[in-house]
Amino acid sequence: MGRVSVKNVSRTFTKKEENSGTEALHDVSFDVEDGEFICLLGPSGCGKTTLLRITAGLETQTSGEITLNGVPITGPDPKRGMVFQQYSLFPWRTVIDNITFGLEMQGISKAEARKHVDKYIDLVGLEQFKNSYPYELSGGMQQRAAIARALSNEPEVLLMDEPFGALDAQTRNILQDELLKIWEQKHVTFLFVTHSVDEAVFLSDRIVMMTSRPGRVKEIVKVELPRPRCRTSPEVNRLRDRVLKLLEEERFHR
Amino acid sequence: MKNSFIKTIEENGIGALSLIAAIIIWQFTADVIIQDKFTLPSFYHVIIAFFAIVKSGLVFTDILISLLHFSIGIIAALAIGIPLGINMGWFKQIDRAIDPIIEILRPIPPLAWIPFALVWFGLTHQAGGFIVFVGMVFPIIINTYTGIKNVPKIYVEAAKVLGCTRNIDLIRFIAIPSAMPSIVAGIRIAMGVGWMCIVAAEMLGVSTEGLGYSLWHYYSLHKMDFVLVYMLLLGFVGLLIDRFFRHYVDAKLLRWTSGTVV
Repeated sequence: MGRVSVKNVSRTFTKKEENSGTEALHDVSFDVEDGEFICLLGPSGCGKTTLLRITAGLETQTSGEITLNGVPITGPDPKRGMVFQQYSLFPWRTVIDNITFGLEMQGISKAEARKHVDKYIDLVGLEQFKNSYPYELSGGMQQRAAIARALSNEPEVLLMDEPFGALDAQTRNILQDELLKIWEQKHVTFLFVTHSVDEAVFLSDRIVMMTSRPGRVKEIVKVELPRPRCRTSPEVNRLRDRVLKLLEEERFHR
Repeated sequence: MKNSFIKTIEENGIGALSLIAAIIIWQFTADVIIQDKFTLPSFYHVIIAFFAIVKSGLVFTDILISLLHFSIGIIAALAIGIPLGINMGWFKQIDRAIDPIIEILRPIPPLAWIPFALVWFGLTHQAGGFIVFVGMVFPIIINTYTGIKNVPKIYVEAAKVLGCTRNIDLIRFIAIPSAMPSIVAGIRIAMGVGWMCIVAAEMLGVSTEGLGYSLWHYYSLHKMDFVLVYMLLLGFVGLLIDRFFRHYVDAKLLRWTSGTVV
C-alpha cells in the first residue's frame, strides 16, 4: 500500500554567505491515493523536483510534513523507489548486478537475488543485456534498467524525476507505454515529475499543477480519460490545451 | 589470417627496426668514435658483462633484494595510504585534521628520510622498504582522496534510495568502486616513484645488496659496462612491474571502464 500525503510543506534554501533565502516550495498540500498515478507539472524551477526529493528522503523540508501510509518521512527508504533524470546505473556493475543491488543491501546473497530479479529484467525487456555494463547500453535501455532496479525492492511508491527527459521523442513514447503496463501489473503508487504536458496527460490519473517559484499547488487536474489513451484524440487535445493555458498563466506571473 | 599476420609485423616491425638501429648506432659510436670502454661501453661489452653477472648468480640476488625492498614499501604504502585517502575523502573532519600534516610532510624528498631510516631500522630490508614507502604513500593518498571526493552525487543518492544508507556500506559499495580508476592511477604513479626511490636509497647506503647498491659498487670499481647492465636491468624490471600491474588491473578491476581510463 502506498498512500502519500503532503501536508503544508515549505522549503527555503538559504545560502551561507547571505541571509536571504530562496523559497522553493510554499505551503504545498495534496494527497495521493494508493495505486494512483500522479504527475507533478510546472514551470522549470518551481520546486517539483525538490518536492520529489523530500518525498524520497534525500532532502528535508523547512516546515510541514510528508507521510507514507501515515508515517512521516525522515530519510531514504527502499519502500520509496526513485528513478532519476540523469543516468544513475552504477557503471562498475553489470545490468543484473545493478538490479540486485537493493536486495543485496537487505542482506540477500547475490545468487539468491539474481534468481529473484529475473522477472523484473523480463518486465523491462533486457534479458539479452543483463550481463552488459551500462556503457554498452543506449539511454533508453539504461532508464529501463533503472526502473527495474527501483522495482526490485518492491517499493510502495515509485518516485520518478523526469526519467525520460534525456531520451528522444520516440523512445520516450515507447517507454511511457511500457511504464503504464508495469503500473497496471505492479500496483505501485507513482509520483512522476515532468515538464512535458503531453507526458502528463498521457500518463496520469491526476496532474498536480504547480505555480512558478515559490512552488504552490495551482490546480489539481483530473484526467478522466479511459486507457489506453490515444495521444491525438480530441479529448486529449482539449485537456492538453487547458493544461498548457494554465502553464502559460504562470509564465506571465513571473 | 595472413592479413593480420602482416599487420602484426607492420605494427611491431617498425618498433623492432628502430630498436635495432639504435643498438647499431650505439655499437658504432662506442667502437669507432669514442673508443673508450670507460666513457661509453659498447653494446657487445654490455652483453658480455650481463652474462658474467648471470653466471655468477649475482643478478638474481640483486633483483630479488630490490624487489623485496619494493614489496615492503608498496604493501605498507597501500595499507596506510588507501584507508587514509578513503577516510579523508569521505569524512570532512578527518580531512581537516590530517590534511595539514600531510601537506607539510609531502614536499620532503623521500631520500631526505635516509638518515632516519638508518637510525630507526639499521641496515635492514625494512630501511629500504621505508624509503620506498615514503615515496609511494603520498601519490596513493592523494589519488585515493581525489577519487573518493569526486564520486558523483547521483550514485550516492541512487544507493541511498535503494537502502544503502550507512557510511560503511556507501564507502564499500559506491565510493571505492567509483574511485577505483583514480586509485589505480595513483598506485601506478606511486610505483614509478617507489622504484626510483629504492635505487637511490640503495646507492646511498641504505642496503648492502640490491640493484642500486651493485650499480654504485661497480661504479666505484670503474666497471662502466656493468654499471650500464644494471641501468638497463632497472629499466626492464620497472617496465615489467608496470606492465604486469596494468594487465591485472585492466582485466580484473576496471573492465567496466572498457580500458580507456588507465
